[in-house]
Amino acid sequence: MGLAKRIIPCLDVDAGRVVKGVNFIGIRDAGDPVEIAQGYNQQGADEITFLDITASHEDRGTTVEMVERIAGEVFIPLTVGGGIRTCDDIRTMLNAGADKVSINTAAVTNPEFVREAAERFGSQCIVVAIDAKKVSAEGEPERWEIFTHGGRRPTGLDAVEWAKKMVEYGAGELLLTSMDRDGTKAGFDLGVTHAIAEAVSVPVIASGGVGNLDHLVEGVVKGGADAVLAASIFHFGEYTIPEAKRYMAERGIEMRL
Amino acid sequence: MTIAVIDYGMGNLHSVAKALEHVTHENVVVTRDPRRILGATRLVLPGQGAIRDCLGELERTELRGLVEELLANQEKPLLGICVGQQMLLERSEENGGVDCLGFLGGEVKRFPADMRDDLGQRLKVPHMGWNLVHQHRRHPLWEGIDQDEHFYFVHSYYVAASDEACVYGTTDYGRVQAHVAIGRDATFAVQFHPEKSSRAGLRLLENFVQWTP
Repeated sequence: MGLAKRIIPCLDVDAGRVVKGVNFIGIRDAGDPVEIAQGYNQQGADEITFLDITASHEDRGTTVEMVERIAGEVFIPLTVGGGIRTCDDIRTMLNAGADKVSINTAAVTNPEFVREAAERFGSQCIVVAIDAKKVSAEGEPERWEIFTHGGRRPTGLDAVEWAKKMVEYGAGELLLTSMDRDGTKAGFDLGVTHAIAEAVSVPVIASGGVGNLDHLVEGVVKGGADAVLAASIFHFGEYTIPEAKRYMAERGIEMRL
Repeated sequence: MTIAVIDYGMGNLHSVAKALEHVTHENVVVTRDPRRILGATRLVLPGQGAIRDCLGELERTELRGLVEELLANQEKPLLGICVGQQMLLERSEENGGVDCLGFLGGEVKRFPADMRDDLGQRLKVPHMGWNLVHQHRRHPLWEGIDQDEHFYFVHSYYVAASDEACVYGTTDYGRVQAHVAIGRDATFAVQFHPEKSSRAGLRLLENFVQWTP
């Protein structure tokens, strides 16, 4: 008995609304972030992550208001990612009630930003998002590199080395997404998950590719992830959070039931 | 009736205040004004980040003396959270060693880096996520909360109190047993974040609001 592995539903939000909708039982408005967050909290989600895909800068204010409204109603950890580029962005989100922010592209273009953010706000609220893609050919020792712009732009950075560097710079947690698997429902890339989970001292959240509950189990047992993040399998009611937790617990994983 | 969340610049004050407002109709203020702190009926001492920064900010905002006085008098209920718990001890290993407020005996230590779980996987530091809190002895703040309930934690350093009589809750992580709830008289302090611990956390805050030590 000890620290539970976490299940984190991830919501994409655009101008304060959840895109792609959520249609589990009891939700009246498939796009209302407060109602959805409350629903997930009642189901026993361990945290909630919001990925802000709002394109225009002017509309980002609505995301801040959204975080404020959710933080007044839902008392579990909230992470906000997407478009976090400056310490002011971080302060705004933390003041609105976010517990952590996730830094993605800005960490690649300016690693010092991660160091500055961790020094200013504490590592506990700085998550670095790592988008990795396998670059080794069949038969070669496995290697992964960091990609930006939704997996389209290579950076030449080795994913494991990058993960170690980000932790050294003060990341308190890593959100690892396999760009090969994202959206495929074929399961996590367990190779990169395990390589990074073993290489760093901080918790690793596995993301990208979840299609069924066995994938969640594998992410923890074989990948060594401390938490698993998923979107579609929960949003569209294929599985509920309690189902997922029971399934994982039955396979010997410590869960908060 | 006012609950003052002491704002010395460190910690997620918004969350603590929102959670308190959720469980009480009493007035909740986030303040660094000594008069409002002295005028409050209950106090919350939060804290997040490095302990040296927290104590430094407490001094910079000229609240350290006031907090020490409140702790010495024990006239009104005070709830410490996270680093607000750790600073009550005598000393912390963090930042190369820092003297703390010394309200309770004992020290704050870092989790060892080499711990592994039953599956052989690395136990990460910070200790982040939901872990079980074992109620070591009864306390009004545990009222209605199950024994071995999950609470949400984020910390790399843990409290090791020297006086067992002050320990109200423990949590196991690897080979460490952390004193995650400690107290004396009108003070109760927890390592976990009740404001982020869903129903159990809200219940603890509700108990605090109703507590008459």
